[in-house]
Amino acid sequence: MEMTMLCYLLPSLFMFCCGVYGFITRKNMIAILISLELMLNAVDINFVVFNRYLFPGNMEGMFFTLFAIAIAAAETALAIAIIINIFRVASDIDVREINKMKF
Amino acid sequence: MESVGSIIMYVIIVLSIVIFSILAVTTRKILRAATYLLFTLFATAAIYFQLDYEFLGAVQIAVYAGGIVVLFVFSILLTSRPGDNSEKLASKQKTLGLTGAAAMLLVAGYSLISRIEFLVDRPEMQSIDMQQVGETLMGTGHFQYLLPFEAISVLLLACIIGGVVVARKN
Repeated sequence: MEMTMLCYLLPSLFMFCCGVYGFITRKNMIAILISLELMLNAVDINFVVFNRYLFPGNMEGMFFTLFAIAIAAAETALAIAIIINIFRVASDIDVREINKMKF
Repeated sequence: MESVGSIIMYVIIVLSIVIFSILAVTTRKILRAATYLLFTLFATAAIYFQLDYEFLGAVQIAVYAGGIVVLFVFSILLTSRPGDNSEKLASKQKTLGLTGAAAMLLVAGYSLISRIEFLVDRPEMQSIDMQQVGETLMGTGHFQYLLPFEAISVLLLACIIGGVVVARKN
């Protein structure tokens, strides 16, 4: 059996679709954030696999993933700060209950 | 031709990615969802190791599995009771989510499989050593990334200040 690119791209596609499903169906804000992390992670895998198979001498995909991981960390920290603030104001993090600012 | 060991490793990685990503989005206990996310991130790190990107795998474990999941666990413990189940999904919601995910899986999967040039073998690559990574990260030349590195450091600083300001009590 040869390990082709598809062997890595298909699991990552599946992971992304799981993230999409969770993003649509979840109601808890932190669960939505977890689904978002799944999607980001799947995209990171794609960058690395394309780099490894098509341009093995270069490191662009790897560094893009490196920066994407750093930005994801920053984004998650800020999102969790916002969620905790929402919890303090509304004492709930269900997306259906957060409608105070709705026009 | 791959060795038997790496094929067994590959099967384990793919199985854990599939199983744990499904569980992470379907389990009704939120703390378990975070745990399954942790396992998925570990499997991703294993993919990076298998593709000879050792540094990236280490970063994945340190930042994602070590940092982000801990953030998730703390915020879950702060905002919900550990034993709580989320309520059962309405079937309309479930249908909508399944339709969206399945449509995406079909379209993207078909377009992947129909591309025969994606069936290339893995080319040989020298393992990237730390000196090379460091020079690429700190250089200012062509294909070197000092400017994004600095931009990310400013972004992280802004994020720390923003997090403190947003989450602070009045």
